[in-house]
Amino acid sequence: MALQTIMVNGREVSVDVDPGTPLLWVLREELRMTGTKYGCGIAACGACTVHVAGVATRSCVLPVSLVGKRPIVTIEAMASDPIGRVVQEAWVATDVVQCGYCQSGQIMTAVALLRNTPRPTDAQIEQSMGGNICRCGTYVRIRQAIKQAAQQVRR
Amino acid sequence: MIDGRRIAVCALCVNLSLVAHVTTAADSPISAQSRTPATTTRAQGLLAWQRMYSVLTHPRCVNCHTAGGYPQQGDDRHPHAFNVVRGSSGFGAPAYTCMACHQVSNADATGIPGASGWHLAPLSMKWQSLDDQVLPSATVCRAITDRSKNHNLDGPALLKHHKEDALVLWAFSPGPRSDGTPRSLPPLTHADFVAATRTWVDAGMPCPTR
Repeated sequence: MALQTIMVNGREVSVDVDPGTPLLWVLREELRMTGTKYGCGIAACGACTVHVAGVATRSCVLPVSLVGKRPIVTIEAMASDPIGRVVQEAWVATDVVQCGYCQSGQIMTAVALLRNTPRPTDAQIEQSMGGNICRCGTYVRIRQAIKQAAQQVRR
Repeated sequence: MIDGRRIAVCALCVNLSLVAHVTTAADSPISAQSRTPATTTRAQGLLAWQRMYSVLTHPRCVNCHTAGGYPQQGDDRHPHAFNVVRGSSGFGAPAYTCMACHQVSNADATGIPGASGWHLAPLSMKWQSLDDQVLPSATVCRAITDRSKNHNLDGPALLKHHKEDALVLWAFSPGPRSDGTPRSLPPLTHADFVAATRTWVDAGMPCPTR
């Protein structure tokens, strides 16, 4: 065990964990931030996606010791993020969600996409979201919501 | 064994020769003959190239020198899992980049390999065909020595790339797989790979005919 200090949603926190502990476990078990979901544990599904220094990152395979000083942003901060808010509103307006389990990861990837690429092509949407799996098959509505959010972001 | 002092003297001569050449014609193509010093023969250079080729075509290297829209994984060089794509710049899709998983160093706890700037080599540096077959030695050599394809790297710059680039260095310290077993290593040590590159550069970067 070792003290790890990380910046989460603008707040500096310290946790006493094994350095190899994945960030997802730190968020959910140590910080009780359960908005980020455990899906597969091997970076295959995208449910655990957070932003690390602005990059959509799979927190289930990121040892906390490798985070360093890079700021972490989770789904809990999206309501106060300008693009995050627009994306969440588009998600609601488009009625994207079915069971909802994967959706925090979907939204985190969508926000990262629109932040880097405000006018994404269909191919860019599909390739960027291609690592986020939805067992309910909401992919068509996800793409629709991203396009709607993109229009809002550009205004 | 080769006398180390003789190599050092030869290397100094070659370096001076290369510096002079690069200073006077930095942006012009360099023919093998014009840079070949008498001390390192073409035959020695070709032998060194074959040693380099054995490394370049090892899965640790060639898996990211693909010809298509995806990287490869494993010693069987299967397409990267999880719908990973090359993207326009080789760093993945806009919001699904290599850095989604690959950090600046190996994550031994999870088996995810990492090094600074993890990305695919450009398509101009593909060392495979579109059906994932490793390209012949002569083809790879021609690509590597073509400055219109290799980011305008001359011999000393190629040597520096092999000596210092983070992703090249990673190939020789690839860390464990997700099951904890070590990844296989290229057939040469990094020191031997750099030495082979130096010999090849000193010989004027000769390429085999086939």
